[in-house]
Amino acid sequence: MSVISSVLLLAQEQAPLPVPSDTKVQAPSLGAVWPVLIVLGAACLGVLLEALLPRHLRWSTQVVLSLLAVVGAGIALVAYVSDAPAAGELAMKGTLAIDRPGLFLWGTLLALALGAVLLIADRSVEPGGAFVASAAIRPGTLQDRAQVTSTGMQTEVFPLTLFALGGMMTFCVANDLLTMFVALEVLSLPLYLMCGLARRRRLLSQESAVKYFLLGAFASAFFLYGVALLYGYAGSVRLSDISSAAAGTDRSDTLLFAGMGLLVIGLLFKASVGPFHTWTPDVYQGAPTPVTAFMAACTKVAAFGGILRVLQVAFESTQWEWRGVLWGVAIVSMVIGAVLGLTQTDVKRMIAYSSVAHAGFLLIGSIALTEKGLSGTLFYLLTYGFTTLAAFGVISLVRDSSGEATHLSQWAGLAKRSPLLAGVFTFLLLALAGIPLTSGFVGKFVVFEAAIADGMAPLVVVALIASAVAAFFYLRVIVLMYFSEPAADGPTVTVPGAFTTAAITLGVLVTLLLGLAPAFALDWAGSGAFAIH
Amino acid sequence: MTSGTGSWLLAALLLVPLVGAAVVTALRGNDHTAKLAALAFSVVEFALAIASWVNFKPDGARLQQAFSFDWIPAFGVHISFAVDGIALVMIAVIGLLVPLVIGAGWADKLPEGRTKGGFFGLILLEQALTVGVFAATDVFLFYVLFEIMLIPMYFLIGSYGGARRQYAAVKFFLYSFLGGLIMLASVIGCYVMAGDELGKGTFDWATLVRVVHDAPLGTQIWLFLGFFIAFAVKAPLVPLHTWLPDATAEAPIGVAVLLVGILDKVGTFGFLRYLLPMFPAASKELAPLVLVLAVIGVIYGSLLATGQRDMKRFLAYVSIAHFGFIALGIFAFSSQSLTGSVTYMINHSIATGMLILVVGMVISRGGSTRVADYGGMAKLTPVLAAMLLIAGLSSMSLPGTNSFISEFLVLIGSFPNAPVYTIIATVGMVLAALYVLWLYQRIMQGPVRGDALIGAGGGPGTAIAPELGAKKAIADLNTREKAVLAPLLLLIVALGLFPKPVLDVVTPTVNATMCEAQLVDPVQSAEERPQCQ
Repeated sequence: MSVISSVLLLAQEQAPLPVPSDTKVQAPSLGAVWPVLIVLGAACLGVLLEALLPRHLRWSTQVVLSLLAVVGAGIALVAYVSDAPAAGELAMKGTLAIDRPGLFLWGTLLALALGAVLLIADRSVEPGGAFVASAAIRPGTLQDRAQVTSTGMQTEVFPLTLFALGGMMTFCVANDLLTMFVALEVLSLPLYLMCGLARRRRLLSQESAVKYFLLGAFASAFFLYGVALLYGYAGSVRLSDISSAAAGTDRSDTLLFAGMGLLVIGLLFKASVGPFHTWTPDVYQGAPTPVTAFMAACTKVAAFGGILRVLQVAFESTQWEWRGVLWGVAIVSMVIGAVLGLTQTDVKRMIAYSSVAHAGFLLIGSIALTEKGLSGTLFYLLTYGFTTLAAFGVISLVRDSSGEATHLSQWAGLAKRSPLLAGVFTFLLLALAGIPLTSGFVGKFVVFEAAIADGMAPLVVVALIASAVAAFFYLRVIVLMYFSEPAADGPTVTVPGAFTTAAITLGVLVTLLLGLAPAFALDWAGSGAFAIH
Repeated sequence: MTSGTGSWLLAALLLVPLVGAAVVTALRGNDHTAKLAALAFSVVEFALAIASWVNFKPDGARLQQAFSFDWIPAFGVHISFAVDGIALVMIAVIGLLVPLVIGAGWADKLPEGRTKGGFFGLILLEQALTVGVFAATDVFLFYVLFEIMLIPMYFLIGSYGGARRQYAAVKFFLYSFLGGLIMLASVIGCYVMAGDELGKGTFDWATLVRVVHDAPLGTQIWLFLGFFIAFAVKAPLVPLHTWLPDATAEAPIGVAVLLVGILDKVGTFGFLRYLLPMFPAASKELAPLVLVLAVIGVIYGSLLATGQRDMKRFLAYVSIAHFGFIALGIFAFSSQSLTGSVTYMINHSIATGMLILVVGMVISRGGSTRVADYGGMAKLTPVLAAMLLIAGLSSMSLPGTNSFISEFLVLIGSFPNAPVYTIIATVGMVLAALYVLWLYQRIMQGPVRGDALIGAGGGPGTAIAPELGAKKAIADLNTREKAVLAPLLLLIVALGLFPKPVLDVVTPTVNATMCEAQLVDPVQSAEERPQCQ
């Protein structure tokens, strides 16, 4: 924490605070940042508990602490929202901009994190949970074989989750690029670790962690280099200063656009937008499924929250220069996601490619720099997060003797064994495909509507064709489950415990509710714009 | 808000099959009860359709029996339904066909593990959705139902179909879904235009017609194409037709009736309800394109029907030829040709519906769909043979049958505006005589022969004396089958001699469509023309 705060101070020195007369920057407003403080405080407490508590008490204490932290942060958020200024306010000496979109993203992140913590905490599906008992033991050794039967788990997962969540929440509201960078690292480092903690297929899991870490480090370097160039251009890392510098100066455009390009590459990497997606399938496949669910839902929300803020606040005035490039990126992402998704034989990799395609759709909403583009993208993030969370929850239930049965051929005829699971998964797949009466359709609709209104009709047509192609691989799973004969030695469907059931139910209900009556969430998503200070 | 008996009737028309679907699915444990419940619900629905017809005032408002609720206020989306003359008769045809389909599928064997309750439940659900598609007056709602109605049909083909049912179901779904998505782009485009013009976007059909119909030609053409592709997949026009032969060949007979008799009509209905009124200039501009596709459909469908060795694929190609005639009539832009096309839609459902049911009865006796497996069947089953002949003669539009009136109206109505196309299409009538009579001859006439009739020992083409009889027990129609065919037989003759009841209901709507599409009939003099408001 001390490193973080010193870097935050550094950001202050580099970006002398302009004090506009009409904003509320005078007093450090803690009310606005309580949710983040609660989450990060609980994370620190969790680390202490790891050191102090005896092993057999850790799991239950950590679960209670994590759930309390997420719920508590949610309550603090609700309490703050009721009397928050509509135009947003600055906090922590102007490093955080707590505005309506930021609050919406916080709410989304906390709700998704609640589901993810429930999945992480589950120990009924796999005895002892999805996480290894002792990560330090090398895979394949005698001790490793011995610990397979152990029902313990590496309970550091819970504080790591909370740290990542705190980083994501800070990332969404960061008002300058250095804060954003620190938040990026705070959210990434725990995730790298968590990916390597799977109980089964440990080598695959560790490989995914290393891969994610190395590529993530590259992306961070890109991001930081971009920040440096932008500082050279604008003399400040504050988003609004970059915006005003770009609006009317004769400074070198090379610095601006080189800096922006590098910065955006770093962001697109985190959001797994093609062609910066190469880590996604491997990491989604290798990571423990609850962690994959957490990453797929929450990281996507945070990363697009950051992209939206950077594009809308810092680079809106130069949009005609860069928009064409992001058009291309969106098309590449949709095509890669839809086409490569067709060839996948592993259900987790398939959902990974689907997330790449969805990232393309989200990028379309993000580059429509209008109110509708903003609210549409925020709504899409909400719907996508819940659907994916529930989908990974369902995936974790289909198992055979060696763990999760993720190969698609093993899913044949599942509807005969477990009609309920097949029905739920079909519904989620239809939502991912964007069939009406699911939240996925409403999300696509609002994003595409904003894009057409902003003059991007050709891009929308490409997106619709990509949706149809992507629908094929979702359908293939439905065909397998319903119309194929089950294999004799096929996997069994585990009856989930309360935690996983709660997480899946949450995801499915939100998917259905936002498909049938999306009006209230659309109102929240559209309640205000980014604060530009 | 609702008002009047008509609104309640329409609401009941939508709800009865929906409730029926739930009840029948719940009763799936007991085949017999489920069958009776399904029949009861479908008969009630038919009675409601008749009542709705009686309630409808042909010279009343354009849209009657309307009711409307708010759905997503943020986008101005309503749940609003109403019928015009065309929708009314289509809903009546649905009401007629569904009980017959249930009767025809009464004793069919289903694949292992499937129940009658599940099957009839899906059929009733499909009925509710198709009624909704014809009655929706909110374009968003129309789109939603247009896509949703694919899902029960997908499961009907995929779960209950023939050997290649998976392939057929996915192909059907993807074709229609892609078409629908392209339409979505146009739907959003219209919405955005309305937003620009009125200040607030709307999906109300009547409002959209006012807003969009005098848009610049270039815009209209793009929006037209979006809708057109979706409808051309549904209707099927060559070259977007290839899903239909596969789907028809693999679907159970009753489902094939619904597919060809009802679902495909949504396409031609869409031409009339959406394309002509909303995009009059683009319709005129692109009419040659549609006419070329229509005429290709007539000739191509007829030639392929003639050459088919499989009876179910034969039915699909016959339909493709007929849809060519319907599209010809719609885009020839005279009141006679439009009226002809609308009556063609109804008569095609009746005549081809009967043809499919009769062919299904042939197949259920012989156990094969190959034409070559049959021969001389008339000697064994004279009543079935007579039914096939009558349904076939109606399909080839013999004077005195219902189809004659509509085909004649299409051809004479199309001639003034599109003489060349009409002359080419007339060749289709000659080909129709060829394919119908040749099929009849191969199956029914000559000595009894073929694997399906005399058992595998004889081999195809081996003639045996009729007095020896078939080795397999091939019985003539039973009472249930006669009861299923009787209403259709009656209608073929009745509407052939006295089409006035249908024409009375349809003509005012056709005239209104002509006005909305700013079309001037080429033959009528100024006094004869209906007055446009």
